[in-house]
Amino acid sequence: MVTCALHSHPVNETAMSLDREQVRKIAHLARLHITEPEATAYAETLSRILGLIEQMNAVDTTGVAPMAHPNDAGLRLREDTVTEIDQRDKFQKIAPAVEAGLYLVPKVIE
Amino acid sequence: MIHKTVAELSVALRQKAISSVELAQAFLDRINKYKDLNAFITVDAEKTLAQAKTADACLAAGKAGPLTGIPIAQKDIFCADGWLTTCGSKILSNFVAPYDATTIEKFNAAGAVCLGKTNMDEFAMGSSNETSFYGPVKNPWDTSTVPGGSSGGSAAAVAARLSPAATGTDTGGSIRQPAALTNLTGLKPSYGRVSRYGMIAFASSLDQGGPMARTAEDAAMLLNVMAGFDPRDSTSVEEPVPDYNKDLNRDIKGLRIGLPKEYFSAGLSKDVGNVIEAAIAEYKKLGARVVEVSLPNSNLAIPCYYVLAPAEASSNLSRFDGVRYGYRAKDYTDLLDMYCKTRAEGFGAEVKRRIMIGAYALSAGYYDAYYLKAQQLRRLIAEDFKKAFSSCDVIMGPTSPTTAFKIGAKSDDPVAMYLSDIYTISVNLAGLPGMSIPAGFAADGLPVGLQLIGRYFDESRLLNVSHRYQQVTDWHKRIPKGFN
Repeated sequence: MVTCALHSHPVNETAMSLDREQVRKIAHLARLHITEPEATAYAETLSRILGLIEQMNAVDTTGVAPMAHPNDAGLRLREDTVTEIDQRDKFQKIAPAVEAGLYLVPKVIE
Repeated sequence: MIHKTVAELSVALRQKAISSVELAQAFLDRINKYKDLNAFITVDAEKTLAQAKTADACLAAGKAGPLTGIPIAQKDIFCADGWLTTCGSKILSNFVAPYDATTIEKFNAAGAVCLGKTNMDEFAMGSSNETSFYGPVKNPWDTSTVPGGSSGGSAAAVAARLSPAATGTDTGGSIRQPAALTNLTGLKPSYGRVSRYGMIAFASSLDQGGPMARTAEDAAMLLNVMAGFDPRDSTSVEEPVPDYNKDLNRDIKGLRIGLPKEYFSAGLSKDVGNVIEAAIAEYKKLGARVVEVSLPNSNLAIPCYYVLAPAEASSNLSRFDGVRYGYRAKDYTDLLDMYCKTRAEGFGAEVKRRIMIGAYALSAGYYDAYYLKAQQLRRLIAEDFKKAFSSCDVIMGPTSPTTAFKIGAKSDDPVAMYLSDIYTISVNLAGLPGMSIPAGFAADGLPVGLQLIGRYFDESRLLNVSHRYQQVTDWHKRIPKGFN
């Protein structure tokens, strides 16, 4: 059990839990290959992290405007002019595989 | 020379008491001598000395600025053209950056000399520097303990006198907590003050770069270079940059220090609490007044952060796919398999945990319960600060609940590790500037940091308040044993 200064309640480690099947689904969404033993281990640790997160429910936030950002100002616009120079060769030099200015990946269309 | 501050070195360089090349070489030698600390991921003496030579030419020509010729260690999260830039990860283990981050560009333009790239928690996700693919960093104050994180390499480097100063980045405490654990002065600027361009993104609404130095005066000198509007960063704020060195000596008589009662409750190590109380007493002697304030929602900062930061991270880190740069898995069957294997092999366990928590929080059906809820709490936390600042000028408290902990003590328990940032995280959520300064030593002989939190864009005042304390105390001058 973890306790610390600001926790009025001990960390609830059982409130929300993920099973292996859910972990496999999340891993797929995140494009992460995971093995069966890893799925078991992640189900345990991710559930504990979600237990920590569940403490959010202690406060009623009805009607509170969500805050996405510290500065609420809108996005800046800029003049529609060219500001960057072409550096394709420089940038492609560090790519795993390129040919004729194109990035190479496994075949996706038969 | 290695014990001199940036301000002192700046004078010595101008007076030709030492050259930039000699200075850079002296620090390179120390980096090599103390390489067991594992503070640096990349050192490139040839590049460093070439820059120092250019700086010497500028000094000779009388065209030097305050940082011309000063060696600075750069956190390996900042892209630097031609330098290996790993962000502490295997997935960027072969990534030689093709461009400069704005921060690097500014240091270059100021004539500063890049001493190398410092070790860090992978993608800045950690509070101990143990998640780095390049191994943990040792704390010079006790090499069996962690230097904090994620800017652990920068902290260890400056504390061990391997560099006069360094850069760090702070998403939930990654400048302030390592500064506290290694007896440094670290400043996380207001959100939008320092450009994030070329600083590898973790959680874009929270990340800020800032200086890590030995004194407030040095931190001010670095911030003078780092701060400012950058059209390449969409959240950079168009606000004039003051001279941060100008008001350092301003009298702080009558300063109202807010002490949040929530920061001094049970759970704070008694040892750390005593040091903080002594520091506050010192401020009273300087003429400051103490008022009690309340940050009632601060117990929600960690749960709120561990939704928002992973959600942003899962989105930001989707760019690492093995197609355009970085590591690519050797064996795969098709495109999807290439993505999945590349990412599985390229990311470490903590990064994967956070990506998965973020992907889950943002997935269909869970968005309102997690992401939206966390954003609402973020508003409440920010409003707590606004209210507190109506009765005080600066908020003070501990930076970290404990001193440096043993390497390995929390590495198997992510939740315990997350709690290391309990006092720092809410500052990032609110977007405010925060500092940690050396305040003394606990019974275990390890340093304790005092945290200062300011109003939005009030970095000058934080630096002033820190500087005045450093004029009457000498905690910041202490040197870890064995690094004289």
